[in-house]
Amino acid sequence: MTRLHVQLAAAAALACLALAPVVLSPFSITLMNYIGIYSLVAIGLALLTGVGGIVSFGQAAFVGIAAYATAWVSALNGQSPWLGLLFGVVLTCSVAAILGVVTLRLQGHFLSLSTVAWGLAIGFLFGNVDGLGRFNGISSIPPIRLGSFALVSSGQIYYLIWGIVALVLLLGYNLLDSRLGRAMRALRGGNTLVESLGINAFRIKLVTFVIAAFLASLSGWLYSHMSRFISPGPFDASMGIEYLMMTMVGGAGSLLGGVVGAAIVTLLKNSVQDYLPLIAKGASGQLEIVAFSALFILFLQWARQGIVPTIARYLPKIRRERPKPAPPLPRRPQPTPGELLLKVDGAERRFGGLVAVNNVSFEVRSGEILAVIGPNGAGKSTMFNCLTGALRVSKGDIVFAGRTITRDPQSRIAKAGVARTFQHVKLRPRMSLLENVMLGTHSRTSSGLFAGAFRLNRREEASARHEALMQLERVGLGDKPFELAGNLPLGNQRILEIARALAADPALLVLDEPAAGLRRQEKLRLAELLRSLRADHLTILIVEHDMEFVMSLVDRIVVLDFGSKLCEGAPSAIRSDERVQEAYLGGVA
Amino acid sequence: MTSDIAAILGIDGIATGAVYALVAIGTVLIFTVTRVIFIPFGDIAAFTALTLAALDAKRFPGTGALVVVLACLATLIEVISLVRSGDIRLLPRALLFYLAIPLAVVGIAWLAMRIDPPLAVRLLLALMLITPIAPLLDRIVFRPIADGTVLLLLTVSVALHFALVGLGLLFFGPEGVRTEPLTSFSTEFAGVLISGQTMLIVIAALVFSGLLYLFFDFTLVGKSLRATAVNRTGSRLMGIRPARAGTIAYLLGSLMAGVSGILIAPVNTVFYDSGFLIGLKAFVGAIVGGMTSYPGAAIGAVGVGILESFASFQSSALKDVIVFSLLIPILIWRSLASLHSEEEIEE
Repeated sequence: MTRLHVQLAAAAALACLALAPVVLSPFSITLMNYIGIYSLVAIGLALLTGVGGIVSFGQAAFVGIAAYATAWVSALNGQSPWLGLLFGVVLTCSVAAILGVVTLRLQGHFLSLSTVAWGLAIGFLFGNVDGLGRFNGISSIPPIRLGSFALVSSGQIYYLIWGIVALVLLLGYNLLDSRLGRAMRALRGGNTLVESLGINAFRIKLVTFVIAAFLASLSGWLYSHMSRFISPGPFDASMGIEYLMMTMVGGAGSLLGGVVGAAIVTLLKNSVQDYLPLIAKGASGQLEIVAFSALFILFLQWARQGIVPTIARYLPKIRRERPKPAPPLPRRPQPTPGELLLKVDGAERRFGGLVAVNNVSFEVRSGEILAVIGPNGAGKSTMFNCLTGALRVSKGDIVFAGRTITRDPQSRIAKAGVARTFQHVKLRPRMSLLENVMLGTHSRTSSGLFAGAFRLNRREEASARHEALMQLERVGLGDKPFELAGNLPLGNQRILEIARALAADPALLVLDEPAAGLRRQEKLRLAELLRSLRADHLTILIVEHDMEFVMSLVDRIVVLDFGSKLCEGAPSAIRSDERVQEAYLGGVA
Repeated sequence: MTSDIAAILGIDGIATGAVYALVAIGTVLIFTVTRVIFIPFGDIAAFTALTLAALDAKRFPGTGALVVVLACLATLIEVISLVRSGDIRLLPRALLFYLAIPLAVVGIAWLAMRIDPPLAVRLLLALMLITPIAPLLDRIVFRPIADGTVLLLLTVSVALHFALVGLGLLFFGPEGVRTEPLTSFSTEFAGVLISGQTMLIVIAALVFSGLLYLFFDFTLVGKSLRATAVNRTGSRLMGIRPARAGTIAYLLGSLMAGVSGILIAPVNTVFYDSGFLIGLKAFVGAIVGGMTSYPGAAIGAVGVGILESFASFQSSALKDVIVFSLLIPILIWRSLASLHSEEEIEE
């Protein structure tokens, strides 16, 4: 399957949608309108929950804010629905931005619970504000007008709704395939990963959150002017959960899944209403929700992935062309070999009473490979985390390339030119090798939301893609750039992480136990790669456990023991040092 | 607001909060043992009240039919899974636990109804009828996805709540109930009238949390439950069956929810769908305790009760808006207070 096939399929789907009002009954068209309106929310939720990993139970509240805003503007104040759209979108996005700033730093399920909280609070508000008609709602909302033409019947507003849905899908897929979209897709890998790439994770979360709220506000506007009457019911907590169901049924990571999920849930609800009375007479109202929930639970038990990803597995893969040569990305000024690059001065880190790193000082000079070694519990990982900004030192200073980075957050240290890998590999298993490495180019590129959505970023993307391919070839993984990262064996995953780090054009490469868990052959390959990088004048700092691996590779070694520096020197000197032998093997009694 | 009103509101809040506390403790219990955030506990509480009201009115409650349906379903699923895995010799046990015991409970209740039992027996019957529901739901709904993410379990739990609300309407009808007070005793303390019911609620909450504390600290079963909460794999290696620990947790939890339902029924009118807000507010309390601490959950739940009481005095329409808006600062405080290890989201 090629790109052309995909485009043809999309064109066919559009043609079917365009012809639907000619073929289908008015009732079916109304149903289609609801599906379209729900789809918008579900697409936003797919982006937020499926891609970004932020589960929101509160989207219905955003739909409600926009719906009430436009009803207030048009029905109660007699202004144009288009002014209502503007007001609704601005209001919804502002509320989302405020809520996001307050809650998006929450961790794990605390964040999801906060969405339950504000979803409920806002939902209760609609029914309790005097100016908004309380539980009676607002009626006689005017239809949307295009010039003098009013979109009154369901067949007329149909084209507006589905036009918006198609446009949103197109822009959404463009966005996911852009610099910002890749950063969103990295969010599920955890904050440390995202920040290590020089990306401000909180900012990306906030952008994703506001985009999802924006889509919900479009949905609310359309809903208000299609049904011409609103009451609190369609925006309460249970609707928020229904949107989440739609997203999960369709397949949380997939934008198209949002549309499919909205269609299935809506049609299912409709048919449950139709057929239940045939099975159980007179009990339709009660059993409807029971049957619906039961079906949903069954679905989650049997197909957690959702429909679109499940089907996509059986479709032929899209064949892609190898990236073509493109103008290179700008490089940062590299330090001259031999110059002082990193200086750790009296670093100390305490955890309560425990001193994990105690008054450690060492220097890294440009162009060398330095290893920090030590037995278990020596403070290597703590030292590493302090260097990369994952932890702050309690005392002391860290200076990188002439600038103090002691108090900098991870993403700023990464941007300054420190690229790292992880002891427990942090890759995005469902992204291709090429995309994983392109994540590394984030801090060297600049295109934002609109450039990504409207594809104004082609030149930069081509350069980034080419850069990523070059780095894959440099580390020896250039033959299958479109393979998924999750399919690689561990040794190659480690090497892929190095390629991702290299794509950031670092001045210093920091490797956290790169040999852990590797087989002998893989270790030899890794050592060879690191030697070739040194030949390119790259400075490397390795925190490692494996003596054999380190001894034959590095220029200098710093030995830590119980948090303090034991000694420092060339591998041969370290090997014969009695204190080191004692630390590793125990004292000779 | 005078100090008298404040005192009345405070006492009212403590009573409501004590009811939430019982449900909150159950929520924490289930969460720590099974990682399920069991939203339907509120429904269990509401169903208990409805069951008791039906018993009081000399009608056989819909709970009986609900238990029978769930028992048959759970037995079917259990038998199929046992046959598939070839563990035929475990069949009698499965039939005993999933079919015989629940049916026996319903049978006893049905027989007891013939003799017009006194209040104490009716209370006991209501609790007996309600306790099998959550463990059976666990078998039907959660066991197949026990290894899922917290999020998947939460989503399923929310869906289950909606199913239960539907079933509640089906089995109990749309009428609200208010049962007769358990005691007509009342006393005056510092010029404020305190009803016996209020005292009963607070005492029950204290007694049950105390019993739970003893259970966890001084019995082997309690300790095995705690072990499962800390590390499922580890406790499995020690011969503890997580599924069994889960069942016990659900039994205990629904007992607590049942007691809270009985206590709240004379104070508030309970409808088939009253459970959601009870459950959610208890849940807010549980979050205050970080979803792991029982005293924390109880204190949090009482806090929610007092807050709700004062909020409804200020603006009864907006009381829920106030309660849930205040959850956000609490969450932020909890999230900052708890040290999280970096957690990747599974895909």
